[in-house]
Amino acid sequence: MTTSAEAHVESPEADHDAHDHPTDRKYVQVAIVLAIVTALEVATYFVDIPGEVLIPALMVMMVFKFFYVAAWFMHLRFDSPLFTKFFVTGLVLATAVYGVTLTVFEFWTKG
Amino acid sequence: MSETMEIEAPARPIGVYTRPKGNTGWRDWITTVDHKKIGILYGATAMVFFAIGGLEALLIRLQLATPNGTVLGADTYNRVFTMHGVTMVFMVIMPLAAAFANYLLPLQIGARDVAFPRLNALSFWVFLAGGLFLNMAWIVGDAPDGGWFAYAPNTGMIFSPGKGMDYYALGLQIMGIASLMSAMNLIVTVLNMRAPGMTLFKMPVFTWMILVVQFLLLFAVPVITVALFLLLFDRNFGANFFNPEMGADPLLWQHLFWIFGHPEVYILILPSFGIISEVIPTFSRKPIFGYPFMVFSGIAIGFMGWGVWAHHMFVSGIGPISVAAFSVSTMFIAVPTGVKILNWLATMWGGKIRFNTPMLFASGVVSMFTIGGLSGVTHSLAPADTQQTDTYYIVAHFHYVIFGGALLGIFAGFYFWWPKCFGHLLGEKLGKWNFWLMLVGFNMTFGPMHILGLQGMSRRIDSYSPGFGFEFWNMFASVGAFVITLGVLMFVINIIASARKARHEPPVGPDPWDARSPEWFTPNPTPVHNFDEVIQISSLDEFWHRKYGEDEDGRVVRVATAEEVCQDGSATDTHLPSPSYWPLVLASGLPFVGFGLIYTLWFCVPGAVLIFMAIYGWIFEPVDDPDGPHGHGHHDDGDDHDDGPPEETSDEATAETAEEAPVG
Amino acid sequence: MADTAAVSHGEGTGTGLSNNKLLMWVFLGSECLLFGGLISTYLIYRSRFGDGPAPGDVFDIPFTSVSSFVLLMSSLTMVLALSALQRGDIRNNRVWLLATALLGSLFIGGQVYEFTTFVREGLTYSTSPFSSAFFTLTGFHGVHVSLGIVMLMSLLISSLRGTLTKERSETVEIVGLYWHFVDVVWIFIFTVIYLVPSPTS
Repeated sequence: MTTSAEAHVESPEADHDAHDHPTDRKYVQVAIVLAIVTALEVATYFVDIPGEVLIPALMVMMVFKFFYVAAWFMHLRFDSPLFTKFFVTGLVLATAVYGVTLTVFEFWTKG
Repeated sequence: MSETMEIEAPARPIGVYTRPKGNTGWRDWITTVDHKKIGILYGATAMVFFAIGGLEALLIRLQLATPNGTVLGADTYNRVFTMHGVTMVFMVIMPLAAAFANYLLPLQIGARDVAFPRLNALSFWVFLAGGLFLNMAWIVGDAPDGGWFAYAPNTGMIFSPGKGMDYYALGLQIMGIASLMSAMNLIVTVLNMRAPGMTLFKMPVFTWMILVVQFLLLFAVPVITVALFLLLFDRNFGANFFNPEMGADPLLWQHLFWIFGHPEVYILILPSFGIISEVIPTFSRKPIFGYPFMVFSGIAIGFMGWGVWAHHMFVSGIGPISVAAFSVSTMFIAVPTGVKILNWLATMWGGKIRFNTPMLFASGVVSMFTIGGLSGVTHSLAPADTQQTDTYYIVAHFHYVIFGGALLGIFAGFYFWWPKCFGHLLGEKLGKWNFWLMLVGFNMTFGPMHILGLQGMSRRIDSYSPGFGFEFWNMFASVGAFVITLGVLMFVINIIASARKARHEPPVGPDPWDARSPEWFTPNPTPVHNFDEVIQISSLDEFWHRKYGEDEDGRVVRVATAEEVCQDGSATDTHLPSPSYWPLVLASGLPFVGFGLIYTLWFCVPGAVLIFMAIYGWIFEPVDDPDGPHGHGHHDDGDDHDDGPPEETSDEATAETAEEAPVG
Repeated sequence: MADTAAVSHGEGTGTGLSNNKLLMWVFLGSECLLFGGLISTYLIYRSRFGDGPAPGDVFDIPFTSVSSFVLLMSSLTMVLALSALQRGDIRNNRVWLLATALLGSLFIGGQVYEFTTFVREGLTYSTSPFSSAFFTLTGFHGVHVSLGIVMLMSLLISSLRGTLTKERSETVEIVGLYWHFVDVVWIFIFTVIYLVPSPTS
């Protein structure tokens, strides 16, 4: 995981490159952040947290990871907004439609 | 169409597979990647299925013509009405819309073909494979009998122990793959391959409606895919998705099915709305009234269609809050459709109307769909629907919108675009007989069903008892069905007669209808390469505006003849996508996988072999189409082979086909 | 070859975007509805475990955390593979592609282990609506990962044959999009199915 990061020449333009393509170093940084958040998520398993706090916290961390992978690894941050629109449309539609279905099944109240 | 394309395979193709050279005859048709031929294949196949579905309809009407009918036993009746519905929805209306979309969409946007021509061919062959597979159930004597909606657990193993429902589920899965791939293909095509100057808001309304339909397919097909997998797993692998005894909820099926099913009905109707949005302006000699509203209402229908599905479930026990919510959302969806009806009428108002056959059919759509739409509005009121549901009133509604709306629209399209595809017109006289017989017969059959339904005649039932007062209208309806048949017969005769006549007559020439949209720039029939040169678009109805201008008083005045404006089809240097065997090979593997899941897993092996062989053959097939904005690599270095589309196609194909493989 | 690069970057297309890449994003949009349906089915059925084991009885969070981490890291190696090829670094492209495939296989191995453990503990496919929904959801995900591994190996073979060049990096990018999507689905599944407290019997 270190070879190409070290081999990659860090130049003053590296940050400008990030506008087009993030450097390997940047990718590793993102991965580290994701790993930390995952560790935090897993840590909740070992700690006693009331549900009203736990579930929103888990959702926030999940969305954070989701966003980071989509924005950086899937390059959406740098690419045409059209790609993001397709992805978000699918996500929003799925959430809406299945959210309503779960509601009809009284999932939120009765689990 | 008969022009052979000489294609050189690159110096050293990888693998043993070389690309077919230009072919003629049947080999041309089975290896074609030309969107126009694929459109014709869809259309012809769908019409064969139309005959089968129509036969199933006639059997139903024969059985129901009299009380306690004895034409079909109860079990057979269930199979016939199930297959009638499945056939008409999935093997007639949808592929007919696909036929028009495939043929016209590239032409209407000024493109040479779709973004992924081989994927396009694959969609057709996969559709055919699925349709044939499903109908095999008849041949093995075990056609599905659970209704087109296949409610579980009735369609689970306990209550449907035969193989029919497996044929249903697998056949629809296969056809779903075709639709999904088509949707992806056409979306990329519309976004990426429009002629210069053609902004989205200069596209013809037909193209817009097709685009909306592709988005609906894109997001709705996966939902029924899930439902069908769950059903298959319940039936074949001991899953418990719909088994109430194990704690499952039958409503899960209904939700998943109708989350697909409601967008599906807009998938069925929007293409025909698009067709008549081209026909009505042409035959009224006026531009479509309120083009932006036509586009936005189509988008709105596509969008809102996702929010109404449980109106199919008002009496299923979802509870009063859900019922109320879906009742309200259903009322709202009438609005964009109403906008369209008003716009079509406003287009005709003050126009110089010619009632040629396409216009007759288009007018039929406007009137019949209005009736069907109005009954739909009555369904939206949940208390009223509680009485209407599961009666013939519903059957009346959906036949008015599907037959009166979608099918008549398709016939309008046939008559309108026949000269574009085949170089001659369909006969007007026979056309009028076709229309009137179909219209009268259709109203005879389905009009009375409103009455029968409100009088309490149950639907989905093989017979009714005497003494309820159902006898007269049922007999009347059954007679009407045969009048429809005569009308369809007129269509068939028209096709044959006009083809015969065309043999010793001069070709129809360009622009027989004095039309408006870009497909008419090309000669009739359309040459294989579509456009001699790229059309520069500066407005909606570009073709019309090249022919007509305005004088100082603002009156419309002809400035150019059709011959001057239309291209002559003589260009010979356009590179075309090369034909390929692999779509057919890949598609042929799918039924084997289906049979394997039904009978013995060993059948899956040849299926998988065919599929993987086809995928790899596809990937390594030489691409020799260097120009055009289609993302293919060009490799004249003799070194490669292919990249992008085939691998992506193969990704799609593998992703989709893997979902066909046995899981668990 | 310059043509290839230009076309693969969408030159000449209406949106300026490559057809292939757009196709993959369109496909991923539809996949959201597929996995959404399977996830919703699971959520509806997770408390319907009958006499069989409940989710809280069988889930091994530490174990699944490790395999989730593995899959997450495979997204890193995937993007490093792409980055290498975009630089023209064929060798490292191969290294990272192989690493991604191996990490993916490790994940699948973990899934297989998890499934067999559950079966041994009395949770089979047919035990209950919960079990059917769980195995179907994770099974579909696993199939997607496996297909991804097949694609990665195909890319690797293509690279070893010398045909996966810098100009064709978009192919790797597109396979990468699929791979990241599958990872993102797992991010969702891991949190919602495993970490959110589940019913016990």
